[in-house]
Amino acid sequence: MAHKINLMTHQVLGYPDFETNEKALEIFKKNNVEYVELQIPFSESSADGPTFVKANQLSIQNGTTVEACLEFIKKSIDKNPMKFLIMTYFNIIYQYGLDNFLRRASEIGVWGIIVPDAPVDEGVQLYDKCVSYQMNPIVIATPYTSEKRLQVLAEKGREFIYFVPRKGVTGSKTDFNDSVREKILQIKQRTLMECAVGFGIQEKADLEFLEGYADIAVIGSKITRIIEEEGIEKVDDFLKEIRE
Amino acid sequence: MAKILEGFPEGYYGEYGGRFVPELLIPVLDELKDCFGKAKIDDSFFEEYYNLLKDYCGRETPLTYAENLTEYFGKGKIYIKREDLNHSGAHKINNVIGQGLIMKKLGKKRVIAETGAGQHGVATAIMAAKMGFKAVIYMGAEDIERQYPNVFWMRNLGAEVISVKDGTATLKDAINEAMRDWAANFEDTHYCLGTTCGPHPFPEMVMYFQSVIGKEIRKQVMQKENRLPDRVYACLGGGSNSLGAFHEFLDEKDVRLIAAEAGGKGKESGQHASRLAYQTGKTGIAQGYKTKFLQNSDGQMLDTWSISAGLDYIGVSPICAYLSEIGRMETAAAEDNEVINAFSLVSRKEGIIPALESSHAFAVMIKDIETTTKEDIIVVNMSGRGDKDIFNIGEALSDEKWKEFVKQRGDGYGS
Repeated sequence: MAHKINLMTHQVLGYPDFETNEKALEIFKKNNVEYVELQIPFSESSADGPTFVKANQLSIQNGTTVEACLEFIKKSIDKNPMKFLIMTYFNIIYQYGLDNFLRRASEIGVWGIIVPDAPVDEGVQLYDKCVSYQMNPIVIATPYTSEKRLQVLAEKGREFIYFVPRKGVTGSKTDFNDSVREKILQIKQRTLMECAVGFGIQEKADLEFLEGYADIAVIGSKITRIIEEEGIEKVDDFLKEIRE
Repeated sequence: MAKILEGFPEGYYGEYGGRFVPELLIPVLDELKDCFGKAKIDDSFFEEYYNLLKDYCGRETPLTYAENLTEYFGKGKIYIKREDLNHSGAHKINNVIGQGLIMKKLGKKRVIAETGAGQHGVATAIMAAKMGFKAVIYMGAEDIERQYPNVFWMRNLGAEVISVKDGTATLKDAINEAMRDWAANFEDTHYCLGTTCGPHPFPEMVMYFQSVIGKEIRKQVMQKENRLPDRVYACLGGGSNSLGAFHEFLDEKDVRLIAAEAGGKGKESGQHASRLAYQTGKTGIAQGYKTKFLQNSDGQMLDTWSISAGLDYIGVSPICAYLSEIGRMETAAAEDNEVINAFSLVSRKEGIIPALESSHAFAVMIKDIETTTKEDIIVVNMSGRGDKDIFNIGEALSDEKWKEFVKQRGDGYGS
């Protein structure tokens, strides 16, 4: 059954541990989540809010390596039908070697790449090579992105544009109002791409608000907080509720 | 900008620099770049800036002939550029006053800043008080412990100080947190970055404001010696005081420019903050720019160590990374014990108390002094004064009488 809006869920790899990540993936699969964003942790996650900053740090402290993350992603892709995206900061890819990283990601079946600190002008190579390795580079737009820049984003990105509807970092509440809907429509019209909306989606009402406008709703730190506060099992209840 | 830095794509110095920030911050960086771009070619802007430095901060700062040190070594002639005599006691105020004027042009009313040693935080708090802005200063929890007196002053100047507990709870984490604040509040907020790091246009802009130091050095040395100096020494954390002193001489091939990094407990110990001199920094991308970072093979940033909080940083100005790569700027590291010795020598010989940061520049100069002759003219940029560091210096010198005093005062508050 086609859903009114697709879901993209997020996990910081190695936080609280890979076993929990694996359980989370089973729950995502069970709830027919379409896209999964797996974050390879970075010590300087400056685009993230407190929940993910802590998750990144604790994961690294627990000894999570880039290699372990890539191994985990490979296993996950082999076992699950969802489309998998790698989210990480530029330095992780840069140190691995741009080509080495993208080749490896492509070989293990990664569908897309999101790098929040690689704006299109600085990350030209990253975006272009991503395409030549048959993966989808995901570009990010905000309400402050100019029309002209939106065109540049559309040229560099593939499949969908990730729209961040407000200022600030991941994790806090977004005020979903009519201007968000307007902007989504505008982005889709200008770029002829699908639109994913992230940052601050926390409840069913947020999803309902986006239905018919956005194509994908991204649920990130909300899931991490449920795991922290109520346990991994409750993620299932949460997804069931919002998917009803 | 110096000719040697020209010819690269905008915001780049060789392969270093750029602006690696979330898309959200691109418009505000564009806005800042345009505003600074107009200001830097406007003579009246520079005049307003320099007048403010003159009337409010006490510029120009003297170039003091260090007669006793010169006699003591019997080698090159040593001059000290007295940035310690700036209002607030360090060079940091130069940049902050300039960015305050930029803020006025931008019509922004709230200023945020990161601070390591606290000097930039104090300078920002001073600027905000003077210009009528609200100031919020991000400072690592670890640094707050090391530098509480500066926190005390920031708060008394009316600034809000926010303790950053993430990561290593030091300067880099304060920068991340300031970037997050900026991403949430850029419409009414300016991020007053304190050093020549971060995304374009910050490295260029901070260097521009700090370059008054070198401009004055040139004029003063010409007056006193009728020629340019042979060597200029400065300590190198992020790069603001070294580039401030060096920029004027970048195109003068005969002036040697030597940057002193924090050698901490030595290269082998791993407890240091030397990215260039020890050649341990690897090219990477973090905190909005590309430069040499102290990081592991995965790209995770390492813990750094320095006796001086102001040099305790994982990255370095992209401009310094480039100048070092092409050999225009030389680098050396001073270890903690050498720094303490230099601190004592300068204090006793000259009656001038250097900050621990600046003592690194003296330490490297002292190590090099044998290679100079009586004809050589040496300038050491003394970025700040040391009396503000009394708690750290008291500890570094293991001064028992001082410790006793602190303990007594502490006990006095106990009951």
